[in-house]
Amino acid sequence: MNGNILLSVEDVVVDLPTPRGNLRAVDHVDLTVGAGRTLGVVGESGCGKTMLSRAVLQLLPKKAKLSGRVMFDGQDLLQLPPEKLRKLRGRSLAVVFQDPMTSLNPVLTIGTQLIETLQEHLELDDAAATRRSVELLAAVGIPAPEQRLAQYPHQLSGGMRQRVAIAIALSCEPKLLIADEPTTALDVTIQAQILDLLAREQRRRHMAMIIITHDLGVVAGRTDEVAVMYAGRVVERAPTPALFKKMRMPYTEALLAALPKLDAAPHTPLPAISGRPPDPTRPLRGCSFSPRCRYAVARCQNEKPALEAAETKAHQFACFHPIEDHADANA
Amino acid sequence: MMPQSAPSISSDALLEVDNLVVEYPVGSRIVHAVSGVSLQIARGETLGLVGESGCGKSTLGRAVLQLRRPTAGRVLFDGHDLTTMQGDALRLMRRRVQLIFQDPIASLNPRRKIGDIVAEPLVIAGVKDPEKRKQLVHEVLSAVGLDPTLVVGRLPHEFSGGQCQRICIARALILNPEFIVCDEPVSALDVSIRAQILNLLEEMKARFGLTLLFIAHDLAVVKAVSDRVAVMYLGRLCEVGPSEQLFARPAHPYTALLIEAIPMPDPDIRPAETVPVGEPPSPIAPPSGCRFRTRCPRADQRCSDEMPELRAVAPGQFVACHHPLI
Repeated sequence: MNGNILLSVEDVVVDLPTPRGNLRAVDHVDLTVGAGRTLGVVGESGCGKTMLSRAVLQLLPKKAKLSGRVMFDGQDLLQLPPEKLRKLRGRSLAVVFQDPMTSLNPVLTIGTQLIETLQEHLELDDAAATRRSVELLAAVGIPAPEQRLAQYPHQLSGGMRQRVAIAIALSCEPKLLIADEPTTALDVTIQAQILDLLAREQRRRHMAMIIITHDLGVVAGRTDEVAVMYAGRVVERAPTPALFKKMRMPYTEALLAALPKLDAAPHTPLPAISGRPPDPTRPLRGCSFSPRCRYAVARCQNEKPALEAAETKAHQFACFHPIEDHADANA
Repeated sequence: MMPQSAPSISSDALLEVDNLVVEYPVGSRIVHAVSGVSLQIARGETLGLVGESGCGKSTLGRAVLQLRRPTAGRVLFDGHDLTTMQGDALRLMRRRVQLIFQDPIASLNPRRKIGDIVAEPLVIAGVKDPEKRKQLVHEVLSAVGLDPTLVVGRLPHEFSGGQCQRICIARALILNPEFIVCDEPVSALDVSIRAQILNLLEEMKARFGLTLLFIAHDLAVVKAVSDRVAVMYLGRLCEVGPSEQLFARPAHPYTALLIEAIPMPDPDIRPAETVPVGEPPSPIAPPSGCRFRTRCPRADQRCSDEMPELRAVAPGQFVACHHPLI
């Protein structure tokens, strides 16, 4: 990844105190996102992908303990005073959540919420802010945008609400948009529309984007780079085409294999991953995936593999027994 | 409402849904949730039912089991019309049909032990001997891949979503039913767990000789388990056909759009350029004629004037469209 690094997450650890003991949600994660690039963060529930995005946004639960460094656009977010941080969020660092009602206020009209955001961060008078709001709603594909300004979120469908949330996120021309499962709550035809919308706006605005998802299908055609997370760690990271061409980490391979395939005959048994992820309050000494891994040996149980590069610097994985030949491993 | 009929490939239908209509009031208006659906499921068959939120697929599943009484139409189970059954007769019939829900954790009473939850259908069915119940509970829990001795004394919150779905499946199986409606049984589960549960459902189907109505919004999931697939849009069936045939050569423009919209886990397949436009209209005021016409690239005047009936376009494949793709 050459070019300008916009975001760099360095050795980030997030610990959450729970009644059952300390829960390590994010376990020494390093990531970078270049300006205008798209990173996909993939993992199953509880893998830490959402906590990682909250760490970047500095929106962690109050009790959470965060260590490491998050550099965004030349600033260390962990050192930034709350007021500056608040100005940054919404302006150059924006977010779209899975449930648009997380970010939309149910008792304010769409127009009020858009105009408020615009005036908070940009110096616009009412007329200019209204004009810009209409443009934004039109850009995200909302029909009759002038009339929508007077409507409340509950008057819109889930897909339309997500479009409004995206319009608000895009309103101040952010440098980085974090989309946390932006389409998980939506139907498949609406999902395709929203993903296309995000891709189009990203290209147009030369904005960087992090798409957080559990769906390998969502990242495959729409990201430059993918980071796969498991039990709080990044276990494989590669440019998207390289990852899908040659997965090295057995977890990534198993995750892809477990997806039902449209070209498979009905009643074909799925290669399921046995067991389930480890209890995050009871960390394992070795590789977290080793209890479920068909390639695991004694060393995997006793020693944690580091995330390291192999033949190309861009492709990293944390495994002692990486898949050597993808075709053989599938056979 | 004109009937839509989709004959099954086999004549040995365990379930026959005949021109089923489900409507219910919301305020002063009527929601047309299911508008004249007919379908058959052969003994031992899995029929997949796909469609987007609000298309009426769950309402159809519930109406089949009489958990929501249909407004009109018949549901014949093994030759008996469930819609006219009441009281004890219906209760007896219900032992032969079961339902598995989307949210496995919410389906289990949080205050009751797993052993009691799984045994409850036996208690209701009048199995009085506690030893007999215990034995059956142990058998069915082992069948779904849980260790009965470790499980029976614990509460639902001690289990993950995947394990709770196994418990729900055990509870559904304990009366040895013939027919199960699976309503989005894996959509709340993670990919790695989803595959386990889909495999389990297939195993249980073979082992207990089940017939399934498998409702889901995920086409790949539906295809993985179904012999035939029915596609539903806004209360009506668009297309019914053998799974492979339907996916290889969809006849209804909506089926084609659904297939196209699936994000494929392969970077060499670029996301479709022709993304389906718009959103489904409200089932309170469905469009005249073909209900898909407001989003359909092929729609013309005839589509708004005349409701298309299901008709055969290929062996076993039926489509309700004036301008089918094949």
